[in-house]
Amino acid sequence: MLHFSRWKIAVTLLICLVGILATIPNFFSRETVAEWPGFMPTRQLTLGLDLQGGSHILLGVDTQAVVGERLATLRDDVRDTLRQARIGYTGLGVEGNRVQVRVRDQESFDEARRRLRELAAPVGSLFGDTSGNDIEVSSGDGGLLFVQLTEAGLNQRVSSAVEQSIEIVRRRIDELGTTEPTIQRQGLDRILVQVPGLQDPARLKALIGQTAKLTFHLVDVNTPVNDALQGRVPPDSEILYTQDDPPQPVLVEKRVMVSGENLVDAQPGFDSRTNEPVVSFRFDTSGAQRFGRVTQQNVGRPFAIILDNEVISAPVIREPILGGSGQISGDFTVETANDLAILLRAGALPAPLDILEERTVGPGLGQDSIEAGATAAVIGTVLVISFMIAVYGLFGLFANIALVVNMFLIIGVLSLLQATLTLPGIAGIVLTIGMAVDANVLIYERIREEQRAGKSAIASIDSGYRLALSTILDANITTLIAAIILFYLGSGPIRGFAVTLAIGIVTTVFTAYLFNRLIVATWVRRRRPSAVPI
Amino acid sequence: MFHLRLVRDETKIGFMRLRRVTLALSAVLSVLSIVLFLGVGLNLGIDFRGGSLIEIKTDGPADLGQLRETIGGLGLGDVQIQEFGAPDDVMIRVVEQEGGEAAQQAVIANIRGALGDEVEYRRVEIVGPTVSQELARSGTIAVIAAIFAILVYIWFRFEWQYALGAVIATIHDVVLTIGLFAALQLDFSLSSIAAILTIVGYSLNDTVVVYDRVRENARRYKRLPIVDLLDLSVNQTLSRTIMTSLTTLLALSALYIFGGEVIRSFVFAMIWGIAVGTYSSIYVAAPVLLYLGLGREGEGRSGGQAAAQENGAA
Repeated sequence: MLHFSRWKIAVTLLICLVGILATIPNFFSRETVAEWPGFMPTRQLTLGLDLQGGSHILLGVDTQAVVGERLATLRDDVRDTLRQARIGYTGLGVEGNRVQVRVRDQESFDEARRRLRELAAPVGSLFGDTSGNDIEVSSGDGGLLFVQLTEAGLNQRVSSAVEQSIEIVRRRIDELGTTEPTIQRQGLDRILVQVPGLQDPARLKALIGQTAKLTFHLVDVNTPVNDALQGRVPPDSEILYTQDDPPQPVLVEKRVMVSGENLVDAQPGFDSRTNEPVVSFRFDTSGAQRFGRVTQQNVGRPFAIILDNEVISAPVIREPILGGSGQISGDFTVETANDLAILLRAGALPAPLDILEERTVGPGLGQDSIEAGATAAVIGTVLVISFMIAVYGLFGLFANIALVVNMFLIIGVLSLLQATLTLPGIAGIVLTIGMAVDANVLIYERIREEQRAGKSAIASIDSGYRLALSTILDANITTLIAAIILFYLGSGPIRGFAVTLAIGIVTTVFTAYLFNRLIVATWVRRRRPSAVPI
Repeated sequence: MFHLRLVRDETKIGFMRLRRVTLALSAVLSVLSIVLFLGVGLNLGIDFRGGSLIEIKTDGPADLGQLRETIGGLGLGDVQIQEFGAPDDVMIRVVEQEGGEAAQQAVIANIRGALGDEVEYRRVEIVGPTVSQELARSGTIAVIAAIFAILVYIWFRFEWQYALGAVIATIHDVVLTIGLFAALQLDFSLSSIAAILTIVGYSLNDTVVVYDRVRENARRYKRLPIVDLLDLSVNQTLSRTIMTSLTTLLALSALYIFGGEVIRSFVFAMIWGIAVGTYSSIYVAAPVLLYLGLGREGEGRSGGQAAAQENGAA
């Protein structure tokens, strides 16, 4: 136990050296570190949002809306298919998770089923082959046909909606110009957004929480709004409300003139006449053509600009708008005009996003937490170190050297892994300080016992290390199991705690068992003690 | 050189003599904890119950009465307003609102509107109904999975009596910790789950050290009555048990006093858990082995003799 081969000494010291080197960048500012030569480690600990301040926002994609939209298009596809094939039908509608339709003529039933089956598209899987189709057609009694979304088809829809949403959320947040936002997918239908250093995430939430579906519709002028309000809504129109207080009803045609998908640019600006904030936009070629055609045919009629089912404004078409650009005026402030422009540039979300969880820490609290955590860590270390020296004297000092190296290793490994240090993570380090000496306590107590049993100094030290090993391993592996489970089931700051705890356990076993033993072995070789001063 | 001795060398304390008293005490405390848990219940934080939490810092000592009046007038249902660590630091907790995820968001906008920009918003947390249910489920799974995984590990390393004994001692510690949360109505949050898992790890660590020695002694002293064997093992490891508990408690007290209000209840739970875990490894884990009918090495175990020699040579 006290004999170390040369390479073992070299490896042990090398690991300690790497740990210390990896810790060094944390003592300097980011700017200083950036100028260091290439061979020096430059990675620094990342501080969690609870320490540097910032917002953690968990978004959920409204999968119900995704499915609903898919069913609606499926219904339209069924209608188009049957019309094209000149097959008579009744009772077309969405029923739960499927579209149902009754074919009027028994003779064309098989034809209808065949045609509808052609609507199915294969769903790709990870391995390039297909895992079935996205829809299934089944038949019922009396000419009924059901078109059902399959599990695979649904998942694919939701999945692509989530991917698309992430892209759009990213574009919107990038427009805010905040530093280092992270946006990642979590689970099947979640998006985690983490933005450091925001005082108030209200604007951020407003930006990512809005679907921003922009459409242009003609206003239905054939029916007075008041008639429609009393229940006589024409089948091709619907009542929407303005953003005014109180909201005013507007009867608009359901048919979309042009939608936000045709926008190529949107910029905030000011109206040249009234000097009010507006958003000016430009359509792509096909959008410009359609907009030009409709405005040409409807001069003198009002049209409505609709954002997420709310009427922003309903201006009258004074002249054909042929250039493909225009401006939206509403009750904008400079900021709301700017935000709308951002939303229009980034595009509409495929489905609404719900904010499921939000945790925001202000920079003041973060700074206080860092200071409190550092103070506690320093005081805790000083207490434990003094206590170890009081109890074990010289050997306590040896254990303390190992403890300090352990601290360097933990922070070094965290820096190399670019792990995030959270407040519970600091607690994990402080707890490790307390528990790290346990391995040395186990060894030292064993040495005391062996010495009392009459063994020589060297023999006591030797069996102390040997007999304590299995206990040290058992004791630490059980804690490691708890830390690993905590990592897998925890989130955010709790994960930070699990990570530091787990790293702490591994470095503790190394420093307390290997590094500390090396110190003791060196001491024994130099001094040749007749008794262990423990 | 003077060395501090916490425990005299070679103690011969009859821990097992007290086993009926301590096991009865533990049983009573456990039952009491369960009754408190079922009867009074935990003071679940927003992590598990949903709702929102705002920590604000005011200019000068906060006027809690006025804050209660302002926020109470918003019609948000049950609102808790209390000082948080310092007179100018206030914690506002609002229960989950009816109406899904968006309704929780409205609470914050409301409160911000009512309090204005004169106060510093130090922390805002909103947990909607979907996430709170998931967190409650995964938290429970975490504790159960950890206990089970460790049971399997100890079973693998020791005989089944040890594994069962360790799990009984660990569940004892978890139950008593939950009892403390229920009795003092401490805010039970995600970090409380982390505290409980740490306690699970620590308590096992302690128990394993004692069991390791029991196993070693069982191989070495084959004729020793089991009560004496347990006493001997606990006495031999006693100074280590006390030392480690003390160093850990020293580090945790530093964290409790200087670590800030945010993690204070987390650290408090751990301090309690370490104390209970130390007690249970001596007074619960060891005597439980008696009742589980710990088989002595050599009784129908072919490997016993070889193992004893191997250890005896040390």
